[in-house]
Amino acid sequence: MFDSFTNFFSGIIPLEAYMVVSLIMFFSGVYGFLSRKSLLMILISIELILNSIDINFAVFNRYLYPENMEGFFFALFTIAISACETAVAIAIVINIYRNLGNVEVDSLNELKEDAPEN
Amino acid sequence: MAQQIIFYILAVIISVFSIMAVSSGRLIRSATYLLFVLLATAGLYLLLGYTYLFAVQTAVYAGGIMVLFIFAILLTQKPGDRITPESIRQRGLAIVLSVVGALFSGVIIFSNIKKVYTLVDQPEFDTKHIGLTLMGTGKFQYLLAFEVISILLLAGIVGAIMIARKRS
Repeated sequence: MFDSFTNFFSGIIPLEAYMVVSLIMFFSGVYGFLSRKSLLMILISIELILNSIDINFAVFNRYLYPENMEGFFFALFTIAISACETAVAIAIVINIYRNLGNVEVDSLNELKEDAPEN
Repeated sequence: MAQQIIFYILAVIISVFSIMAVSSGRLIRSATYLLFVLLATAGLYLLLGYTYLFAVQTAVYAGGIMVLFIFAILLTQKPGDRITPESIRQRGLAIVLSVVGALFSGVIIFSNIKKVYTLVDQPEFDTKHIGLTLMGTGKFQYLLAFEVISILLLAGIVGAIMIARKRS
């Protein structure tokens, strides 16, 4: 019993430990995505999900293929893509706020605004 | 020893704050908890020896994306606004679904990882090597992906301006 406790604090950090951290982050993101109604909260949940995937890429690269750089670059490109995605999503959210006055999902029941008479 | 303790501290920070970020009642607090999660993730990269990834995570995520979030929250919420709480049924369903999913994935992780890996000491990638890999066209080099990302970012800029502009 005591041995396993000291093993807990010595030796290498196991691969599973990193994956459990990323698992908790991923599924709290899934919970937020399914349960919240504010568009910004949904966006925050998506960020959590993307970030947990980044951890997995980096950890697999470091532990299983330490001499290669594939996971490293995947994480790098994923960060760039998520930055791009967040910028566009926040532009959409601000546009929705301008048209509807709030950012709740429930009030979004039509996509196209009425065409202005011209 | 020190590494393990740092890892467990970071793991606790990430777990607690990511759950708090999705269950908080105020958007601005959620964004702050998300910032803590992102910074702790950067700490994990540092622990893995990827200092470049640490710098990118801190600059792009914790710097850029969080500023975007804070601005969007301040533009769309009045100060002190609380989100109207969701129905118990919706929340319960989401909790059940995510707990079941987490248990399923956890079982898969723990029954499939054979403990054959060893953490070999690896000198950290120097920035020159990273840059040459990013700009090379050979095998395991990423010039094409780099250019595609740059086009994606350009499209993102144009799209964001188009969507968010005021219509006259």
